[in-house]
Amino acid sequence: MTAPVQDFLVQARIVARDLRHRGLIQRALGKYEVARDRKQAAFGSWQSARQAAAETKWDAINHLDQYLDQFAQRLEARGTKVHWASNGAQAREIILGIIKSKGAKSIIKSKAMTAEEIHLNDAMEQAGYEVVESDLGEFIVQLRHEPPYHIVFPAMHLTRDEISDLFQRKLGSAPTNEPEELTMIARRALREKYLTADIGITGANFAIAETGMISITENEGNARLTAALPKTMITLLGIEKVLPELADLALFLPMLATAGAGQTMTGYNTMYGGPRQPGECDGPKEFHVVLLDNRRTELLADPEQRDALHCIRCGACLNVCPIFRNVGGHTYGTTYSGPVGSVITPHLRGLQDWKHLSASSSLCGACTEACPVKIDLHHHLLHNRRNAATGKPSVLERLAYHAFAFVANRPALWLFGKEVARLFQPLHVFVKGSYLDPARPWTATRDTPEMAPESFKEWWRNRR
Amino acid sequence: MVEEPPMTEREKILGRIREALTVDAPHPGTHGGHEPAFHFKGRPVQVAQPWLPPDGSTLEEQVARFRTASTELKTDFHFVESAEAAAAVLARIRDAGHWRRVATHNGELTTTATAALGLPVLTVDGGYDVNALEACDAGITECDALVAQTGSVVVNSRNAGGRALSVLPPHHVVLARREQMVGDLTAAFALIKQRYGADYPSMISFITGPSRTGDIERILVLGAHGPKQLTVICH
Repeated sequence: MTAPVQDFLVQARIVARDLRHRGLIQRALGKYEVARDRKQAAFGSWQSARQAAAETKWDAINHLDQYLDQFAQRLEARGTKVHWASNGAQAREIILGIIKSKGAKSIIKSKAMTAEEIHLNDAMEQAGYEVVESDLGEFIVQLRHEPPYHIVFPAMHLTRDEISDLFQRKLGSAPTNEPEELTMIARRALREKYLTADIGITGANFAIAETGMISITENEGNARLTAALPKTMITLLGIEKVLPELADLALFLPMLATAGAGQTMTGYNTMYGGPRQPGECDGPKEFHVVLLDNRRTELLADPEQRDALHCIRCGACLNVCPIFRNVGGHTYGTTYSGPVGSVITPHLRGLQDWKHLSASSSLCGACTEACPVKIDLHHHLLHNRRNAATGKPSVLERLAYHAFAFVANRPALWLFGKEVARLFQPLHVFVKGSYLDPARPWTATRDTPEMAPESFKEWWRNRR
Repeated sequence: MVEEPPMTEREKILGRIREALTVDAPHPGTHGGHEPAFHFKGRPVQVAQPWLPPDGSTLEEQVARFRTASTELKTDFHFVESAEAAAAVLARIRDAGHWRRVATHNGELTTTATAALGLPVLTVDGGYDVNALEACDAGITECDALVAQTGSVVVNSRNAGGRALSVLPPHHVVLARREQMVGDLTAAFALIKQRYGADYPSMISFITGPSRTGDIERILVLGAHGPKQLTVICH
């Protein structure tokens, strides 16, 4: 057994039995489901819109070289510096290099899962810079020195009381259990940071090839401020974020908002096509865009699962997943959790270490149904299981199947085995689920079906 | 000329992409040998319009949709008959909010409207002090378009006072004319393309309601970082 699977099993066992966690998640996601259903119903046809979105992303990903090249050229033509990073270490080095060359001290950041993926904050803090997360949820989990719990709702696992305690300890604020007052405490603390930050770092939801723009979706306005006030702006994004044309956003912005948070449109959807242009009164003097591969091209090379790169990180598959709702976001131990995380993590971080995520699924298909870009998620979980078994078959499992086949193919042996089993089953209750039970992994949490007093064959013979 | 290294990261990444794409992937919905439900002629977004949330074909319908969306978003929306009526609405809001100082940019609608308020005005064109802008009670801007389908206001960094004016002060007021109402996002993007061509502003923002967050127990709070209030006055 490898370390990630052990951590997963231990954490899952704890969280699945935590009633506080269960209540919090069910309430939050219950609200989400009501809002999402209402907004989906307002679409002329949500299902057809999904197909259109899937086709658009298919076009983008299957011509990624052309679109990415066009995206970079258009950005460069208007004074943006585009950087390319094959892996996380290169991306960190590029970003630290920019920060150093500016003589910067403080950095304000808006939410970026790609930055979580490459552990950018740790790298910047180790280099001695002050980094502040500006998204409220991210700000909260940063104060707790914790990764985000969910890709869209980072602090979903915390109650207002826990957040109030945290703010009292870290910010010296007065206790309150009003979400509004807590939000205002964070707003005041962050306003100061905005006004003094030298560098603003953002992620991006889409990269528009046609015009050379990044598009950022957010509700709070923190990314707007991050891209407005500091003198230097850095955007880090994965190469799969590309959309061919600006007009494609007419489809993707409402779909992302609906699937992600049950909104018609997220509060701020902003396209940035360069640093401050002549005649504009503010905005950064320098704009750097860092394009990250980090093994996305390996996923691209697998045509069967290539559509996993269509993902727009809306979080809809997490929200509907019975596994995610039971074990929680941190249990996964990955940047991207839930069904899509289980699909892509083995590609991004190694199949054998992360194959257990593909096994932690009921294969119910709720994720595939929920996905706005129609990624075949639950089949990809099966594909991962198959690939893991082909790559490193389990000797014990194979022996077990051979033994079963041997017995099942010999009627006399099968009959004998059945009689023995029937004879001894009444004794099974004494060992069921204990370490003496040969079927323990199965019986520890399940009832064992009782064998019928007579087999079908016997019943048929007696009936005649 | 600086001498180029043998192979840049850009070339390496694009090379890996080209190599990966030598094998075709199935179209969406065709996994397991199924035929797709339908084939698209042209770009999907061009045929997707009837599948998206409704827009509205006449101005009355569009105003009604914008109003419905605004109610839900908690945007304060005023649709009035004349510029004088719009000025009266703005004066009422000034009094209700006890404004002492406002910020704006030079524009056909904004310049006269803010002058009529009788308050100190910070005009951001040509540069401004960020602390002074932060101290203003309201940011008053024009816009490119109002989108009926979503209740969004489209602003940009060239003719809506830059990047910060519409997010830094606690109240954002948008002044618009009725000709600026468009049905849906597709129409808004077409308008942007037609108006700016390849010379677009460095920032284009679709603002949909006041700043909001649900990060604490999924309970809606307005004014997370940006404006707590958004007012749209259209005449």
